[in-house]
Amino acid sequence: MNRREIKSSTRLSRRQATGTQSSAQPINPVSDQVGDKVSNSVSNSVNNLVSNSVSNSVNKQVGNQIGKRVAMGPGNGQRRRVLPRGWMTLLVLLASVFMTGCGDKLQWYVVSPFTPAGQANLKFMTGGLKYTLLLSMTAIVISVFIGLLVALPGLSKNIFARSFNRVYVEVVRAVPLLVLILWVYYGLPIMMGLAINVFWAGVIALALSDSAFEAEIFRAGIQSIDKGQLEASDSLGLGYVDRMRYVVLPQAIRRVLPPLGNQLVYMLKMSSLVSVIGMEDLTRRANELVTAEYRPLETYTVLILEYLVLILVVSAGVRWLERRLTIRDAR
Amino acid sequence: MSNVEPSSPVIQLRNLSKFYGAFQALTDVSLNVAAGERMVICGPSGSGKSTLIRCVNQLESHDAGQVIVNGLELGNDRKALRAVRTNVAMVFQQFNLFPHLTVLDNLTLGPMRARKLSKEAATELAQRYLKRVRIPEQADKYPSQLSGGQQQRVAIARSLCMEPDVMLFDEPTSALDPEMISEVLDVMVELAQTGMTMMVVTHEMGFARKVADTMVFMDEGKIVEQSSPAEFFSNPKTERGRLFLEQILQH
Repeated sequence: MNRREIKSSTRLSRRQATGTQSSAQPINPVSDQVGDKVSNSVSNSVNNLVSNSVSNSVNKQVGNQIGKRVAMGPGNGQRRRVLPRGWMTLLVLLASVFMTGCGDKLQWYVVSPFTPAGQANLKFMTGGLKYTLLLSMTAIVISVFIGLLVALPGLSKNIFARSFNRVYVEVVRAVPLLVLILWVYYGLPIMMGLAINVFWAGVIALALSDSAFEAEIFRAGIQSIDKGQLEASDSLGLGYVDRMRYVVLPQAIRRVLPPLGNQLVYMLKMSSLVSVIGMEDLTRRANELVTAEYRPLETYTVLILEYLVLILVVSAGVRWLERRLTIRDAR
Repeated sequence: MSNVEPSSPVIQLRNLSKFYGAFQALTDVSLNVAAGERMVICGPSGSGKSTLIRCVNQLESHDAGQVIVNGLELGNDRKALRAVRTNVAMVFQQFNLFPHLTVLDNLTLGPMRARKLSKEAATELAQRYLKRVRIPEQADKYPSQLSGGQQQRVAIARSLCMEPDVMLFDEPTSALDPEMISEVLDVMVELAQTGMTMMVVTHEMGFARKVADTMVFMDEGKIVEQSSPAEFFSNPKTERGRLFLEQILQH
């Protein structure tokens, strides 16, 4: 038996063991116990995470709805089904990927949660999660803020204010993100005379690039508000700031939530580009593992799954927010 | 010119003209509204009635002439404009309530932000005027949960919460289902009885006959006729006025 065959046979018997729980005899009880423990804890934590966030949102949903309306049955049931269906798909995908691991082409041992080496590798890969999240969340907060500041002059009667908006959007939108990252990291320090660390270079590049898109989203949202709303605010003697803060923006933000969610997902994915300047994010970690283990297919598949899980969670969050806001309007 | 004499009219329009591109919406319109006066403006559609009333609180800017409200001339002076807008309230054809706010919040927003009242004072005011328009029980609902007539009454209450000197009504019943018109008109009649200065653009001639001190008939951006309702309805001075009345009172 060569190494591969040994691996796959132990994997097989292990699957039998975990599948039937009691009857099958594990070949190597010690490592098996460890494997089970880990897989349990992993699946537990994933389950907890998932079921918590899902049931939380569902619960609040239900609470809200009961508070506001009386006839609840069908809408509620539908909502309950939507999210778990997403997770089911994910599980099926995961399962099918691991099942094909018995073949020759895929060698899952590099990322197997059942072996110590695999566990170490997986831990190494997910270690990038912190930076991916931190980077994209910081960037999106900044970009939403800048986007709003850039969108407002775009709606002004003043031609200079409008041209500022136009020039900003057109120029920033035209720079490819990867180029911007390189420019900010390698170019900006020369221009400004101060060094920027990898994290902030990534944040600046991502936030700048995204702010042009956010600006257009906000401009569209604000423009979609009925003229009568502005006239009503004017006739109540509200100034520009009050009008924006209390009348226009609360309505506009509800309308732009779907495209904002889009941008958030986009940012999460684009943060992978920051790996080229050495940011220790999910992608960078995967790259490093590939250079060490020479198993690109398995490693990158896991990387894809990492992003998929991350983005499913974010999407669920955005949709939850959307529902919350529209229910408050009771339309 | 900007000195306020006690006897001077609340609203003075002098030789007002307004263009939309090449189209002249108002031609040399002059008009005075005294304190406590109730003026009804009528005329065929496109005659400039809405434009005229919207010039009073400058939702439309004028191209020539003067708009003087409470002794303040309105033009580029933003401070004067804000001051006038808190004193001149407007009720719109499409209500223009804020859909994301409850009825109560719709009513308290203006008093709290523009008049700087405390939340308690504004809420008290709101509840008082909701009672006045006879829907105090709807305070916590959202506008979309109310009928058209109720929404327009909320809009009237919202205007009243600014405790204005003048109220402008721009076709307040035109977007309503027929069975809801009278509930809104009743509130307006009551308001007229309190001595509020009102400028009303409407096709409701019954309402005009009941409350108007002055009838203004407009056509093609000009004031064609201005007289008391009794005179206007029984004996219109112009051919166009007579024709308009015939068409509108036919049914």
